[in-house]
Parts: sequence; C-alpha cells; structure tokens
Amino acid sequence: MTRYNFAYLNEQTKKMIRRALLKAIAIPGYQVPFASREMPMPYGWGTGGVQVTASILTADDVLKVIDQGADDTTNAVSIRKFFKKTAEVRTTEVTEDASVIQTRHRIPETPLREDQILVYQVPIPEPLRFLEPRETETRKMHAYEDYGLMHVKLYEDISQHGHIATTYAYPVSVEGRYVMDPSPTPKFDNPKMNDCPALQLFGAGREKRIYAVPPYTRVVSLDFEDHPFEVQQWDAPCELCGARDTFLDEVITDDAGGRMFVCSDTDYCSKRQAESEAAE
Amino acid sequence: MYVAVKGGEQAIDNAHRLLAEKRRGDQQVAEVTTEQISEQLTLAVDRVMTEGSLYDRSLAALAIKQARGDLIEAIFLVRASRTTLPRFGYSQPIDTGSMEISRRISATYKDLPGGQILGPTFDYTHRLLEPGLEDGNLPEPAALGDADDQPAPHVLGLLSEEGLMEAPSSGGQDDEPDDLTREPLSFPADRDLRLQNLARGDEGFLLALGYSTQRGFARNHPFAGEIRLGTVEVEFVPEELGFPIVLGEIEVTECEMVNQFKGSKKAPPQFTRGYGLTFGHCERKAMSMAQVDRALRAKELGEDEIAPAQDEEFVLSHCDNVQATGFVEHLKLPHYVDFQSELELVRRMRKEQAEALREAAE
Repeated sequence: MTRYNFAYLNEQTKKMIRRALLKAIAIPGYQVPFASREMPMPYGWGTGGVQVTASILTADDVLKVIDQGADDTTNAVSIRKFFKKTAEVRTTEVTEDASVIQTRHRIPETPLREDQILVYQVPIPEPLRFLEPRETETRKMHAYEDYGLMHVKLYEDISQHGHIATTYAYPVSVEGRYVMDPSPTPKFDNPKMNDCPALQLFGAGREKRIYAVPPYTRVVSLDFEDHPFEVQQWDAPCELCGARDTFLDEVITDDAGGRMFVCSDTDYCSKRQAESEAAE
Repeated sequence: MYVAVKGGEQAIDNAHRLLAEKRRGDQQVAEVTTEQISEQLTLAVDRVMTEGSLYDRSLAALAIKQARGDLIEAIFLVRASRTTLPRFGYSQPIDTGSMEISRRISATYKDLPGGQILGPTFDYTHRLLEPGLEDGNLPEPAALGDADDQPAPHVLGLLSEEGLMEAPSSGGQDDEPDDLTREPLSFPADRDLRLQNLARGDEGFLLALGYSTQRGFARNHPFAGEIRLGTVEVEFVPEELGFPIVLGEIEVTECEMVNQFKGSKKAPPQFTRGYGLTFGHCERKAMSMAQVDRALRAKELGEDEIAPAQDEEFVLSHCDNVQATGFVEHLKLPHYVDFQSELELVRRMRKEQAEALREAAE
C-alpha cells in the first residue's frame, strides 16, 4: 500500500488531466471541466493544484511550493513533502532554481522565465460565482461573453465606496475574451500575469475545473477609464530587506499596537537580506 | 522581535505524533481492534462504506479506527484510497428482487407476498440505556425459524401491474451508466448520475432535505412502499468470457418510496417513485435518499420548483461531505495575504471617510 505510481496519480488519470490542460492552453482563460480525483489531502487544500502538478511533473523537475508567498507555511510544507515522497523530485525554495512552482495566493516577486511553470491552487474558479451562484447560468454568461453584471458590480463599488472594493481574486480579462479569476492572489500580483514568459496553469479540484494562461498572453485587470486599476501600496518598506516594491505582510509584534511590515515572499526577502549583508 | 514562521515542518511532524498518541488514548485500556469495529460498530462501517463509495468492511473499519471515530474523516480516507484502485469496468445491475432478505417491511400493505420481516431493527426498542452492555453480557440467542422460500416481489412492482404506479425510469438512455468519479458533474444531470451522487451524499444533509419535504417545502407525502435489507450477488461480464460471473455478495439496503401524483397533460394520475440504495444497513440514509430523489424529479413531472430539495444544482453540488468538509475546513489555512489586502482597503476607506467628514465640517 505504500508503493505509488510516480507523483501518486495513475497514468490514465494524468493523461485525462493533460488533455484538459492542452484544451485550457488552447482556449486561454476558459474553464475546462475535468474529472478531478479524490486526493489524499482535503478538498480546498490544493487538490486541484496538486493534480495539475502531478500530471506535468517529470523526474528532472525541481519543485517549489509556496503558500502566502512563503515556502515554510504549513500547507506548503505538506504539499512539498507529498511530492518528495511520491515523485522523489528535487525541491527548492529558490524561485530561480525551480522549474515548477505550485502556489497558493501569491505570484513570486522574482520575475518568471519561459522554462518555468506556475501552478495555482484555485478554490472557486468562477469569477462570476458571487454574482450568480448557478453554474448553469455562469457557463452561459461566459459563452455569450455577457460580462455586464461584473462591470455593474465594479461600478457599484465605485459609486458606494469611491473604490473598486475588490482587493484579491480581482477579475481579469484574458486575451480580450474570457473573464477569469486569478485565484485569490492579491490584486498586487495581477500585473505579473500579463505577458508573463512562464506558462500559468490553474487547478480547482473540488470544483473540477482547469484553466490556463499561455506564455506572453494579454491579461488585463478590469477597470474603467476614469477609475484605472491600481495595486496596493505601503507607506513603509519591508523591515527586514528594505524592499519598496513587494507585497508586505503585517505582523503583530505585541499587544500594544506594535506591528511591522515584512515581505510575504520569503525567498525574495531572504535573498535581498543576504545580498545587503554581503555588500556590507 | 519578529518571530519568523519557520519551523512548519517540525510542527507538522510533532502534531502528527501527538495525534497518534491521542488516538491510542489511555494505554492502560485495551486497544480496539479493527475486527471489533467491523463486528460491533457495524452501522458505522456501513455508513463509511456507503459514503466512501467502496464496499470493503476491513478498510472501512481501519479508516474508522484511524479517524478516531470521526466518520466523515473515515469516509475521506476510504475515498482517497479508492482513487488509487484500478478500474475493471461496471458490474451488471444487481437484482434486489432476488435478494436474500434479512429485513423487509412495507408501510403500504398489511401483508403481502413474502411477508413483513422485521429483522435487526432499533424500531420499537425503548430508548433506555442498558447498563448491562457495560459488563459485556452475552445476548440471548436470536429466535430461529424456517425459511419458507416464498418469493418476495417488489411491492412497487405489484402496484405497477395495476397501472397505478409509473414504470421505473433510469433517465439515461445509454447502456453504460454515467459516473461522476470519471466525468465532472454537469447539469441537468440524468437520474443515474443523480442517484450516484445521492448514494455518496452525506446522510445528515439528505436527512434534513428529506425532512424538509415532509414539512411543506416541496410537500409530496411519501409512503414507505418498501424497505428491504439483505445480500445480493454482484455479477460482472469479463470481455474475454462474454457471460456474467459472480464476483461475490454484498449487503444492501433498498428503499422505494411511493408518492402521489395528480397527473399532468402527459400522464394520468398515478403513484410515482423515489429510490434509495446504500451499502450495508443504512436505512435512514436510504429513506432520505428516496425522498430527495423524488423531490428532484419535479421538473421531469412538471411540478412547481419552489423548495431547496427540488433544486438539482443546490442539492447535488452540496451533498458530498468530503467536498464540503474540505472547503469549510480550508478556512483554517493561512489567509494572511488576502486579509492584508482587505486591511489595507478598510484603513484607506476609513481615512478617506474621516477626511471627507473633516472637510465638510470646516
């Protein structure tokens, strides 16, 4: 019972998933239904991403797994261990050294290359889901390119709050056709998806959907001419590495309101710290 | 000073060791064996096999032990194990009409061919705790009688002969059944797919939905036409042989509900069916499943769709407890990044509002 096929899934299943991936790459941003399997980790904990990674992984790959930008968050550790055990692939925490990066909620700060694949874990693949709960309806809306409801929602945000009040899972338009959920990454990461040299694959296990953004694809965050899309900014730099252009996590340091801001991408931050130490 | 979140790996290993120790409990107390679970917690095993979608008593018992008695966790373990098994094909439909019956009751007829057989049931027990069970007393031997070998035809079949009961329909036209473990569920779902989904569905969820139909949400008074429990043979036709061979016997519970139907333009007034089937003895589940199956036939029968139990997408998308528990419990995973994004927005909006108020006051 302890012997598994390479990367856990049997070859039939991998073939089925690869076919779904090919279709997804051929129709950027379109959600391809696939026969998601029950995995030995819970639904909602990255089963979609794990199935995609298992299907594309080869023995030569070097795998990096991050959650919230960090390699050492518990679920990232758990998924990395899973592939270490079932595929015996090399793993790394260094973005540049990885050929496959599985992520939850972040895109690495280090720019990705053509020979890298980014695999996103997706909880709810449907960008229209919170406007229309029925799959039967949302599939029609995508087919007819009927995205009026989404624009109305964004407009209502502006009229009520003066802002588009969506800060993560911010909807994007892919190659001018499908509106896509970038997974719950902060909108800070949306611009990194555009014209990205790396292949971006999205797996939603519980919802049984796969979608993709091929390399160098146009990915535009939805906005209005008079309310252009903006990313989050922080008043202070990262307290550990001094970066001013990264996504910062707030860490509470005491019970008297003390807090500090540090990079959420732990690999990027520690590399910058090492560089500045070397320079001193 | 900032405490880095390093050390996740060690923490996970330690947590799992603690879990193993907690699972074992007080080591002065004898360890429960999987044989004991399989023999003495039979209904828990039956539920795990049914919702885990795998007929294997020993694996289900192991899962229950490993899950510390958490049945949804045990169902999850069985499902994950099932994924790794190769698939040979689909069995022949089981014939519940030729079941070796251990319990068979009908609420629609006082007596009927094959008779009413109570079998091992909690029904009519007085729910009084029995302190004697604590001492491990052996039970009185069960009463024995001679089997009369009288056939027990399906009650609904008897009604059909008179034309009062609709003919059973599968919904799907093709020979090979739809299978949601092979193809993602899509809507509208044929009845075979729906029944598969309900058979794997959470007992509690289906119980509540079935209950809701009795309380007026999609009211359609059901009669328990027949509930039968017993063993049936499972046959399979290997391609190289071309004829069916018996793989073994399984125990199943089957429930056929009878519901009134006033008739429509297409069909005369008649009784309609709801169907429930489970592995082992899961009577509550089989009955609830039959109620929900019937409620979900609203569109097919031209009834008003007004209640949650009639809403195919709502019921079928949410009745799987492995999916449900995974997604609800995933809220335990870190969401720092999304939360940080929300914090930033709320702070900015509060600041802007305060500025606007100050300007207005000046």
